[in-house]
Amino acid sequence: MFAVMESADGYRDREKQKLEGNFRAMITLVAQNHDRQAFALLFDHFAPRLKSFMMRKNASPELAEDLVQEAMIAVWMKAGLYDPAKGSVTTWVFTIARNLRIDRIRRDIHMPTAELGDYDQPSEAPEGEDLLGRKQEDGLVAKALNTIPAEQRQVLLLSFIEDMPQSEIADRLAIPLGTVKSRMRLAYGHLRRILETGL
Amino acid sequence: MRPEHHLDHSTVLGFAAGTLDEAFMVVAAAHLTFCPGCRNASHEAETLGGELLASMAGNAVSSACRARTLAALGQATLHRLPILAPPSELPSALARLLQVSALSEVAWKKKAPGIALFDVKLPSHSKGKLKLLRVGAGRGLPEHGHGGEEITLVLQGAYRDHLGRYARGDVADLDEETEHQPVAEPDRDCICLVAAERPTRFKSFAARLMQPFTGI
Repeated sequence: MFAVMESADGYRDREKQKLEGNFRAMITLVAQNHDRQAFALLFDHFAPRLKSFMMRKNASPELAEDLVQEAMIAVWMKAGLYDPAKGSVTTWVFTIARNLRIDRIRRDIHMPTAELGDYDQPSEAPEGEDLLGRKQEDGLVAKALNTIPAEQRQVLLLSFIEDMPQSEIADRLAIPLGTVKSRMRLAYGHLRRILETGL
Repeated sequence: MRPEHHLDHSTVLGFAAGTLDEAFMVVAAAHLTFCPGCRNASHEAETLGGELLASMAGNAVSSACRARTLAALGQATLHRLPILAPPSELPSALARLLQVSALSEVAWKKKAPGIALFDVKLPSHSKGKLKLLRVGAGRGLPEHGHGGEEITLVLQGAYRDHLGRYARGDVADLDEETEHQPVAEPDRDCICLVAAERPTRFKSFAARLMQPFTGI
């Protein structure tokens, strides 16, 4: 029974790796040839997820779709800046969407946007980072998320997806801020351990 | 030289998620420009965001949105890139908020002997405060705890407290329970960038009396 479950997991992992390899190939086509067909495939995969992501905090479907459009056009324009060393294509798309969400707040008050979270800016890769993208592709980050305690996963979701500051998470879960922080630290420690040892 | 005092990992995760308050975001981004280790941690944290995004259920996108996006590709230009920042000795996350490019040009307001402050203007949605703090060579701040979260980044000189020595690029990412009494090293003024949630509480009565004037 256990072996069957493991092999199902293994199958899913291989499928995911294939998908991620395809994304990378499509990004390259967009970057080098302005390939619209490749872009359309990226759109069909990412746009619905981005819409869910953008509809947090009670954004209307219309606003969410505006932001999806903006995020996907950024993918088109910045494809040449994607650096596989720093993470998967999906992670890169996440950082674009996150920066847009931050920018949206700033734009309301006419602040120039800059490189807070400079992920999509070309920058020298710090040492030790070169393998991060491959480790993610190998499913290690997914493994970390699948094996952390539910309460740690929950604070990650509220933070990264629901866009909630840690104090808001504390209120929502009715736990002290210090507990939210320690769950965050534990979640990161867990990820580090798996990235380092694979176990 | 690499920083020896780093961001708390919960701060790195908040930074990567994009949920830190603006004041803390600026200090964290500024520390990252000095610190390859925390940059790396931030990229690692971003992979969590990517993986969570990948696992989300999608929400059907209208065909109109798809058509609009594809039609817009022809006109899409890189109007936001590259960002040409004027040369500055300051980390760019801070430089873009200031009218000056060097710490010596900051319009300091003297608050107490040897202590000067400059309020960095933030967008109105920011709940925290961002300040530049200059402590004269050899001078100390009164012992204080923190009414809320506070992150201090050293930009020039160095200070010491019971937690150690903090020099350019180092951050003190302190919770509200930590009390400290920083003293600037004797050779040079120490300049820090401080993000704070609420006004800092000084321990002694005299210092508390002084607080409305220091505004730290």
